[in-house]
Amino acid sequence: MKKSIISVVGKDRVGIIANICTYLAQNDINILDISQTIVGGLFQMMMICDTDNCKKEFHLVSQDLNSIGEKLGVQIKLQKEEIFEKMQRI
Amino acid sequence: MPSLNEVVDTNTMFERDNLDVRTITLGISLLSCIDTNLEKLKNNIYEKITSTAKDLVKIGKEIEEDYAIPIVNKRISITPLAFIGASACKKSDDYVELAIILDKAAKEVGVNFIGGYSAIVSKGMTKSEELLIRSIPKAMSKTDCLCSSINVGSTKTGINMDAVKLMGKIVKETAFLTKDQDSIGCSKLVVLCNAPDDNPFMAGAFHGVSETDNVINVGVSGPGVINRAIQSVKGKDFTALCEKIKQTSFKVTRLGQLVAQQASKRMNIPFGILDLSLAPTPAIGDSIAEILESMGLEEVGCPGTTAALALLNDQVKKGGIMASSSVGGLSGAFIPVSEDQNMINAAANGNLCIEKLEAMTCVCSVGLDMIAIAGDTKESTISGIIADEAAIGMINAKTTAVRIIPVIGKNIGDSAEFGGLLGYAPIMRVNTKSCEEFINRGGRIPAPIHSFKN
Repeated sequence: MKKSIISVVGKDRVGIIANICTYLAQNDINILDISQTIVGGLFQMMMICDTDNCKKEFHLVSQDLNSIGEKLGVQIKLQKEEIFEKMQRI
Repeated sequence: MPSLNEVVDTNTMFERDNLDVRTITLGISLLSCIDTNLEKLKNNIYEKITSTAKDLVKIGKEIEEDYAIPIVNKRISITPLAFIGASACKKSDDYVELAIILDKAAKEVGVNFIGGYSAIVSKGMTKSEELLIRSIPKAMSKTDCLCSSINVGSTKTGINMDAVKLMGKIVKETAFLTKDQDSIGCSKLVVLCNAPDDNPFMAGAFHGVSETDNVINVGVSGPGVINRAIQSVKGKDFTALCEKIKQTSFKVTRLGQLVAQQASKRMNIPFGILDLSLAPTPAIGDSIAEILESMGLEEVGCPGTTAALALLNDQVKKGGIMASSSVGGLSGAFIPVSEDQNMINAAANGNLCIEKLEAMTCVCSVGLDMIAIAGDTKESTISGIIADEAAIGMINAKTTAVRIIPVIGKNIGDSAEFGGLLGYAPIMRVNTKSCEEFINRGGRIPAPIHSFKN
């Protein structure tokens, strides 16, 4: 399974998770884990997803999520999991 | 699985601290292109480069998209051209023709620099190598992406002072032929001592003859990340400072290792080395000098600067070495004046002089880099500066280099504008007392003794 990380940073508001989840469901991307925190009004969230069944190319999904982020006024990134494993773990 | 904190920490490095992969450099051996016929050689070189590197830029972009990381440059290094052109080039202009072909091939595959217009003359100079060196000014003025490097000395061979003398003249001529653009040709020309075979950074990159056919070398960067880490240990002792630099350097290097492995796998070309160098850009927050200032210096160039740089260089290596399977290239901290905002400020304020920079080059990677001097500086003075740097490299068994720009038509008080990653630089003062008699002696400074280290 190819795991990817969606991370969201920005000002908290209604519907951030709802919007992202709707898009993921439409594109057959399964959510494996979600964690989030709000520090001083700053919303931080990450989702671990399985993109195996997604038919769209990875960079197109990434672009779609960026534009959803722009509409919501938050920054959304899609990245393959490896980068975090490599940089943060020995 | 990564934690939220780890994800946020990683992405902060990219967004706030300008962390990036500075370059994926594809080394290509051109030895198989050699021919006695110049036209055939030109075709062979063009074919070899455009076929081997055709996917380099595309694959670099794919990696950027997969991990949402910036990979700033995709580049090519080739076998030092003096080897390749030896049997076909009968005059300097023949080499210029090869230069134009290399530039064309680089543009065709979309890389921003191609390095390897080079000769290794650390002990002696063949006729062909001399032809190449003499062709540099014209080659630099007729190309955009081509970088040239000449290795004039090594710890094993000593310093070829005939080459040092010649390079003073060549630097001046290159400056003159590109005087319309603040002598920018010299920013793509570097004179080295102990040049490594696997350096991915320009202008000194070439694909050494000790290398395999093709190889992927990667250079990471992250002065901003290191700077933020140092700010978090403000007021703590050196043990805490060093520990923090090592931890951060580890993370930065792992990023490079990941990109290198991915590039190697996707291009089906072996991974060579990761270069641990911290490389600044003129962007705010991407400065080596700022790191030194965060350690507690009022402005780079003040007493303590050399010690701070030595500490930084060593800790970056210690942290990085464990994060990569193979480290090489220059691996240290670069101190190019024009490419580092805080260096520019210190030089403009008169607090950073060439002599202090020379001292700093004893403890960091490379050497006197991207320094603009008055256009009327004598050839022999430039040779003298090159000889001094080469001597530091030779005696200390390290790589040193000189990339100096005598900006034609400009003097102290003016500044030179190179644009982009190359930045801008105030014209720095050079000691004008003559070393002409010393440089004119000719011959070779013999290799140093390797005992009695004092």
